[in-house]
Amino acid sequence: MILIDYDRCDYCGACVGTCPENVIHLVDTKLFIDNDGCTDCKICTYGCPVRALTFVEEPKGGARREKRI
Amino acid sequence: MKSAYDVVVVGAGPGGSTAARFAAELGLDVLLLEKRQEIGAPVRCAEGIGTQVLRRFIEPDPKWVAQVINSCRIYAPNGKYIRLEAPGEGLILERKIFDRRLAELAAEKGATVRCKARVTGVLQEGETVTGVTVNAMGQEHRIHAQIVIAADGVESQVARWAGLNTMVKLAEMDVAAQYLVSGIRLEEPDACWFYVGRAYAPGGYAWVFPKRENLANIGLGITPLHTIKTGETALDVLNRFMAKHFPDASIVSMVVGGIPIDGKTRPISKSGLMVVGDAAHQADPMTGGGIANAMIAGQIAAQVAAKALRNGDVSAEALKEYDRRWHKEVGRAFKPLKQIVEEVIEYPDEFFNELADQLHDRPRLNLVDVFKIALRASPRLMWSLGQLVAMGWF
Ligand SMILES: Cc1cc2nc3c(=O)[nH]c(=O)nc-3n(C[C@H](O)[C@H](O)[C@H](O)COP(=O)(O)OP(=O)(O)OC[C@H]3O[C@@H](n4cnc5c(N)ncnc54)[C@H](O)[C@@H]3O)c2cc1C
Ligand code: SF4
Ligand code: SF4
Repeated sequence: MILIDYDRCDYCGACVGTCPENVIHLVDTKLFIDNDGCTDCKICTYGCPVRALTFVEEPKGGARREKRI
Repeated sequence: MKSAYDVVVVGAGPGGSTAARFAAELGLDVLLLEKRQEIGAPVRCAEGIGTQVLRRFIEPDPKWVAQVINSCRIYAPNGKYIRLEAPGEGLILERKIFDRRLAELAAEKGATVRCKARVTGVLQEGETVTGVTVNAMGQEHRIHAQIVIAADGVESQVARWAGLNTMVKLAEMDVAAQYLVSGIRLEEPDACWFYVGRAYAPGGYAWVFPKRENLANIGLGITPLHTIKTGETALDVLNRFMAKHFPDASIVSMVVGGIPIDGKTRPISKSGLMVVGDAAHQADPMTGGGIANAMIAGQIAAQVAAKALRNGDVSAEALKEYDRRWHKEVGRAFKPLKQIVEEVIEYPDEFFNELADQLHDRPRLNLVDVFKIALRASPRLMWSLGQLVAMGWF
């Protein structure tokens, strides 16, 4: 799954346009990724200007997207 | 907000606000929806625009013009630069104020403008787009429209929900990072600086756009293919650039973003829908400039919408006129421009160094002179340039 680092994300929306599944959503200053639709293609991680998105293996015990809140 | 309008415009950037303004001026009942809580902020732009093209839409106003540009410098990797004269030809905007002014103009012409109103989906009857769903302050609304104009920027979700493929491929995206910096001293506050060559920005260029003598937008765009290859992001490259060229600058704002630049002709309308600006990949494939093109497209879309509603025909066939007019007025230059870019980004840094060596002390140069010399060095450019000449570009 894709982990969003909210300390780095500058909510520019670039990743939204590159996601082939259209499952990234920018709501005000907060980015969301729809878990079910994401295919782990990693495309969004390369288009991000600030490396706010990283691919990680699905953690045990349920998904948590935020690196830190 | 009513439950039905002639035209609903999604996104109050330059494209959407211009579309709303002209549609309202042509007598249509228009709703302009913006998801941000404040139109114009945050800024995702270096704020440069050509004076002449801007004047087609609005007279420059000191309230939102930060700087008039009279020349530009093009730096080669060896640090030498070519100087091009362009008296009064460019402007650096305050986009926060400019974008807001464009939305106000739409409102003054009679459009209803709403911010903090996020479009969450499109309504369709068969293949025809008939409206949008909106979340405004936590409330869901269904709003019907004869025509929807999607001007939602690089995100471009509205067109995709309606079945038009506006996804941005990585190879077709310019990924940019920029700082607004203070505490520098610019030698010429009325000159734009461009830095070309791989040493500065792989697959793109770096820029210094002055806003006052000690304030400037300094940024660069790269291809994400560089990030795939090396792991280095646009911000990493910018930080390297700043450390080398402006180590003492203080950063007062950080701007990042992506600009779709593919140079392709793609469908930008369907039954009940037209797509405008970055959402339709309409930024200039050479410079990445998208403000003016979004405004041009917005105006065309408004005119096509007015005609379609007059004739009571919003079919795909009727709205295709928008595609045709966009292509004729601007879009047809994209293919040769993109070809030039693809050719030029392959050049080794020595090419630019030699060009700068030859030209750096020549006074009163213009772009045509530079192209002439570049052509001698690279005849392969001839075909693409020839096409632009045939279109009356020079
Ligand atoms: C770093 C950088 C530097 C640039 N420098 C320049 C430059 O110097 N000169 C130039 O001409 N161009 C420049 N550009 C490009 C330029 O900023 C864009 O081309 C231009 O803003 C496009 O205008 P637009 O109206 O199409 O979209 P935008 O200005 O992006 O506006 C789209 C609007 O739609 C809204 N929106 C999105 N989704 C929804 C939704 N679901 N519901 C409601 N609203 C929504 C957004 O919040 C946004 O306000 C630069 C871009 C970047 C990233
Ligand atoms: S591209 Fe990066 S910075 Fe921009 S919204 Fe996506 S995660 Fe955030
Ligand atoms: S990994 Fe692929 S599918 Fe998942 S959010 Fe990123 S771009 Fe979209």
